[in-house]
Amino acid sequence: MSIDINTVRKVAKLARIRTTDADAEVLSGELNNILSMIEQLNEVKTDGVEPMTSVIEMNLPARADEVTDGDMPDKILSCAPEKAAGFFVVPKVVE
Amino acid sequence: MTNLTSLTIRQALDGLKKKDFTATELTEAHIKASEAARHLNCYITETFDHARKQAKESDARYASGRAGLLDGVPIAMKDLYCTEGIQTTAASKILEGFKPPYESTVSGNMFRDGAVMLGKANLDEFAMGSSNTTSAYGNVINPWRSEAEPDKQLVPGGSSGGSAAAVAARIAMGATGTDTGGSIRQPAAFCGITGIKPTYGRCSRFGIIAFASSLDQAGPFARTVEDCALLLQSMAGYDPKDSTSVDRPVPEYFKAVGQSVKGLKVGVPKEYRVEGANPEILALWDKGVAMMKDAGAEIVDVSLPHTKYALQTYYVIAPAECSSNLARYDGVRFGLRENTDNGNLNDMYEATRNAGFGKEVKRRILIGTYVLSAGYYDAYYNKARRVRKLIWQDFINAYQKCDVLLTPTAPTPAFAIGENTADPVTMYLNDIFTIPASMAGMPGMSLPVGLSADGLPLGLQLLGKPFEEETVFKAAGALEKAANFTALPQSLMDKAA
Repeated sequence: MSIDINTVRKVAKLARIRTTDADAEVLSGELNNILSMIEQLNEVKTDGVEPMTSVIEMNLPARADEVTDGDMPDKILSCAPEKAAGFFVVPKVVE
Repeated sequence: MTNLTSLTIRQALDGLKKKDFTATELTEAHIKASEAARHLNCYITETFDHARKQAKESDARYASGRAGLLDGVPIAMKDLYCTEGIQTTAASKILEGFKPPYESTVSGNMFRDGAVMLGKANLDEFAMGSSNTTSAYGNVINPWRSEAEPDKQLVPGGSSGGSAAAVAARIAMGATGTDTGGSIRQPAAFCGITGIKPTYGRCSRFGIIAFASSLDQAGPFARTVEDCALLLQSMAGYDPKDSTSVDRPVPEYFKAVGQSVKGLKVGVPKEYRVEGANPEILALWDKGVAMMKDAGAEIVDVSLPHTKYALQTYYVIAPAECSSNLARYDGVRFGLRENTDNGNLNDMYEATRNAGFGKEVKRRILIGTYVLSAGYYDAYYNKARRVRKLIWQDFINAYQKCDVLLTPTAPTPAFAIGENTADPVTMYLNDIFTIPASMAGMPGMSLPVGLSADGLPLGLQLLGKPFEEETVFKAAGALEKAANFTALPQSLMDKAA
């Protein structure tokens, strides 16, 4: 597999990172180098091996379904780059 | 009065108890040393006034006999740990000015025990790097210099470069780090100090800015094995706020330091003797093996056959998790926001993330997005997760024959700033000896064992079984005693001269 400039543009779009044509050109070379290193994994036989998710073999802990936190809108909004009337503000999404 | 910045944490705690000096005097000495070492760029944010306030409170606790485990000890906090009301950046422009409204569990544990925070330590952006040269707040400079090329500025390693450099330069007595693929152990080796990444699940990840959640683990730096043990005891523990935190009692780790290693089985994995390896590193490794043998340990040859695939596995899994974790930086709830003229929401996301993330972070997000995208998920991501299982199984098999493993920490001593940057993969190779244990979640400690011909510190790594940090501390204590590493960074010797 190799990552051409169009693939870089597509992946950058999925990752929501603006990328110029010049950036995409450089990234294509760098990402291909990384990918060709990764492809050495194809040498390893993994038939019948379960994919590992966590090194700790334990069940996901569950707690009682009750409210234990909250009621602090001012604290939560304190870091927002733009806010109004107790809400986060985003650019207009509905015409 | 003794030079307060040259004490170990243990010595400082004894001195504070005996009232030889106050926490305020100890903190002031470290603030003065920090100011004199600003050129090293160890801190992104200095919190000296905060430290003075904490030291004063510590003195009050000593006066009333209520002092905690780390009371009055001045430390550096990696700027990946959220500290309530104090700027936390992850060394990224995207979080500049971010003041978390909550405290990370690990930093909270240390403050509960009386630790004093001098500042938020510099790091590679979002902990992605091995040289502390990807920080948006400038490079950290290693206090050590090569005797052959004394004018060259060397990297402290990474990602926890500011933490390691601060402890080596005697401007902090200890520091926190995080280790995803070697980010505690490799900088500890480059800076001639000790550092431990405990077992995955030992320390809470709550409030530590996430990079790769199945690998990230908090741990301490210090100048002695015992000091690391004291710091880890404070940091570790169960936390219901982290679903991967493990509910086991925290031992008094320092009690393991100094215990005999007679009969301890030390495994030497043959796959770490890689082709073209630096002969100085191999010689140091042999020396370390001989030291353990002389101390009474039994040396066992072991094999970890999938070692050569750990790096590749890491560069699928870590970027995959990073691309998912870093999706939260969207310019809406916190951090940087770049508004665009046409006001479209997606344009705002794209502009914000382009302006806020550095080159290495973008590369990893893109690789991660690629390996997780439809059509490639099984070929790359699931393949890597299968190989990860084999790497883990290698360790489990090896630990049938031995109690700990002894290996080099890094393939070279510290290199100059700007070296190893021609291609990202060259930089990634720095972590070949530390990544396998990260993939398997095993505890690992690096400690300084000797000097290179150029006078740079070299470290060895001890790896242990899951949750057997005490065995690691015991082995490390014996190696530390035998190595008797007393060399100081040249910058400190210049000052003394």
